[in-house]
Amino acid sequence: MRYLPNSPADRQAMLRATGNTSIDELFAQIPAELRFRGKLNLPGPLSEAEILEFFRQAASESSREHVSLLGAGAYSHYRPVVVDALLSRSEFFTAYTPYQAEIAQGTLQAMFEFQTLMAQLTGQEVSNASLYDGSTATTEAVLMALRVTRRHRVVLARTLHPEYRQVLHTFVRHQDVKLTEVPYAASGRIDLTQLESVVDSETAAVVIQSPNFFGTLERGYEIAQLAHRHHALLIVVVTEPLSLAIVKPPSDADIVCGEAQSFGVPVSFGGPYVGFLTTQEKLLRQIPGRLVGQTVDTEGRRGFVLTLATREQHIRREKATSNICTNQSLCALAATIYLSLLGKAGLKLLAEQNLAKAHYAAEQLRGVPGVEVPFSGARFNEFVIRVPGDTDHLLEEMRREKIIGGLHLEKLYPGLKNHLLMCFTETVSKAAIDRVVEACRQFATNPRLAAQTSKPDATPARRKSVRKHKSLN
Amino acid sequence: MENRIREARPHVTRNEALIFERSSPGKVGVEFAPLDVPAVSPADLLGADFVRAEIDGFPEVSELEVIRHFTRLSTWNYGVDTGLYPLGSCTMKYNPRINEVVARLEGLATDHPYTPEELAQGCLRVLHETARCLLEITGMDAISLQPAAGAQGELTGILMIRACLTERGNPRKYILIPDSAHGTNPASVATTGYEVRNLKSNERGCVDLADLDRAMDADVAGLMLTNPNTLGIFESDIHRIAEIVHAQGGLVYMDGANLNALVGVARLGDFGVDVMHLNLHKTFSTPHGGGGPGSGPVAVKRILELYLPSPVVEESPEGKFRLNYDRPRSIGRVRAFYGNFGMAVRALAYILAKGPEGLRQTTQDAVLNANYVRSRLRDSYDLPYDQPCMHECVFSDRRQAAKGVRTGDLAKRLIDYGFHPYTTAFPLIVPGALMIEPTESASKEELDAFIDALQSIAQEVEEDPQFVLKAPYTTRVTRLDEVAAARKPVLRWKPQR
Repeated sequence: MRYLPNSPADRQAMLRATGNTSIDELFAQIPAELRFRGKLNLPGPLSEAEILEFFRQAASESSREHVSLLGAGAYSHYRPVVVDALLSRSEFFTAYTPYQAEIAQGTLQAMFEFQTLMAQLTGQEVSNASLYDGSTATTEAVLMALRVTRRHRVVLARTLHPEYRQVLHTFVRHQDVKLTEVPYAASGRIDLTQLESVVDSETAAVVIQSPNFFGTLERGYEIAQLAHRHHALLIVVVTEPLSLAIVKPPSDADIVCGEAQSFGVPVSFGGPYVGFLTTQEKLLRQIPGRLVGQTVDTEGRRGFVLTLATREQHIRREKATSNICTNQSLCALAATIYLSLLGKAGLKLLAEQNLAKAHYAAEQLRGVPGVEVPFSGARFNEFVIRVPGDTDHLLEEMRREKIIGGLHLEKLYPGLKNHLLMCFTETVSKAAIDRVVEACRQFATNPRLAAQTSKPDATPARRKSVRKHKSLN
Repeated sequence: MENRIREARPHVTRNEALIFERSSPGKVGVEFAPLDVPAVSPADLLGADFVRAEIDGFPEVSELEVIRHFTRLSTWNYGVDTGLYPLGSCTMKYNPRINEVVARLEGLATDHPYTPEELAQGCLRVLHETARCLLEITGMDAISLQPAAGAQGELTGILMIRACLTERGNPRKYILIPDSAHGTNPASVATTGYEVRNLKSNERGCVDLADLDRAMDADVAGLMLTNPNTLGIFESDIHRIAEIVHAQGGLVYMDGANLNALVGVARLGDFGVDVMHLNLHKTFSTPHGGGGPGSGPVAVKRILELYLPSPVVEESPEGKFRLNYDRPRSIGRVRAFYGNFGMAVRALAYILAKGPEGLRQTTQDAVLNANYVRSRLRDSYDLPYDQPCMHECVFSDRRQAAKGVRTGDLAKRLIDYGFHPYTTAFPLIVPGALMIEPTESASKEELDAFIDALQSIAQEVEEDPQFVLKAPYTTRVTRLDEVAAARKPVLRWKPQR
């Protein structure tokens, strides 16, 4: 076995040193009836070439020949080769959590830089060293707000990523917490009137996403004022943080959290990604997860250590701020490298390109008879369209053109029949956008498909409002 | 040498500044293709309420400076590729390079999680095959790859126990946890609405059956057990333990942190375990990455299958793969999408490289290496639980502490000998623990050098304890002031104004 360094002679010598005569004796502590003596039904051993062939075959059964308009919490951006070149430094990727600071200054300094970058980007004062992903970062932010306020109610925008809401539901189900969801208005933003009516003195936090799941920017300032009037915290979730290069950061929020996958981490069928959480200095002792702090060594030289560990599980056990015992260090490193490389000007330029692509696409699609862009609010690189007819048919038509035309929203938002969420990053060319528009035009003007058009019985906002009132009673 | 350099400054490799300090206006590290659609004005499109002028303090550096900055930082790290990394309970084994290559293949790294199933058959096949292999190795019945790390796997497993007992009529109140357990166990339990009831270890460092019998009653939902436990000792009463828990209607959770001792040699499904998690970043060679990403799949026996997180990957009779979301009794989602897919790719590559015999040989080597270290260091260090171990062994600093040198100090001195330290001060049931897990990746040659080093340090403690207390001497920075870091936290760089 090529990964094992000991020769048969080494093994014999070592066995003798332990005073044993056979390897079996070392396993004597496992009762005989529990020993597995059969042969595992597994493939292998495979040579390196065979392994490569196996995964190449799997990689060929993929969407790699397609143009993809999928976003919705995972964004396909160009990854400069420098990112992987540096991540492949094995001193980074084969190291453990940096407990022994003297021989982990590389990881520690990079995480300190990550914390700085995320704080700068989100307009907050401090950041942790990353969390698993955006969905769990959101859950951790909510749990943090519950600790800070000692209250038990959390108000969520329905425009928060549906899977993030599901994760939150899973983890607070057995705690004394009540989650209330607020519908969206015709603008595609959270319904402020509804929000106003549910936030009260029991509310620990209001959680919004911006750009929200429909790609629309939320008015954080107004919502912060509303939340703060009731001494509730505002949590702003960001799943496409590239937007923050040209969109005002949520400085009014008490906690900003979300997903930094956009920054040099591949979409990789859903993970690994990199969650982040930034906040105000006054709340730093309630932050979940790893924190890297600056200090000095005995000679007065600057160095970095993991700090405030007394919040953490290995010290506090069941009283810890979170059960998390790791961050997503390598993905956070990817983000740090990516952001350093693009820098102030590059990130802004890239964000402007995304904005321009989405704007062009929206304008072109709006010009197709029968296609609507229903939400009026300002957006970044993602938006919703409504098509006349069965969306699944349209998606199939586009697939024939090697285009994955976006995400059909009906499964996640039953009120949004025939609505598609489309994302246009810098990786989608004008030619591809024009093909998308043409496919929509063909579809909209095809009488056979148009015949299947069905009008929703009410506007989405009204339908949701009705449902909300029910759940509030 | 150093004090003879007079006029010139030493090279920055000695003290690489923060990326922000290397920045100056107008430098860029990347260029983009010209925009092929009409340019837009963010101010016009977003409006004055939304538009941001610039990100204050963001770095501005060239590509070469980025390369040099992070390359230099990397040289201040110690990794598995640098040398022996015997952190107990962390399983710092070799991270095969082919794993990194296949995880980055276009098609696997580039498929979006919402790719239509028929266009994502490759990714789904990888998930399904990884799941199948892990079930074969553990002897469990069903599995979810969704949990992002071991701690999340624990949480997921306890939530499933809760769901199952709730359906049976009573979720109950307590989870039993041995005092030797990892800190994540009680921390995970605390977030699931259960309270922790601690179990005392017996003189062998194992679960005390009498104490378990006393503690296990109709209010207890289950037991969280690590086997082999954190002393590296196999809980040989596991069957009896499971019987006691099951007799009172409880369920057994197994922390798979130490699975590297068992692969191919014993299967947890045969032990009476109802639910367990695996750490792909320990047992299955996916890199630790300086602290993540990990991956913590949860495997269960049939009775818990319906509660697994949603969705699960299924194969149709025609050999097509799909995601099944129709799981009404599932505990729900524990993470967006399907887990750390990229880690599953690497773990599968590892399993394929090893094959069934290779996996068993790996386990045997890991256990042999730990016993070799135990046998050869027992004259120099106190061995509080003196019995054969599995994949790791735990000494205490009792003899050295008499001279005022503790496990943490010994660890720092080990750095000067060129080794990454062992795990210090854990498990808690051994005061001043030195927890050593060599893994199968340590050669005899490297272990001999490590053993020599620890013997030499023991000698140094006898002769000059003060010298050891100031270690390390050979690192870029000396001991760092952790107290100052916590008292007045500086968690980010700020521009000098």
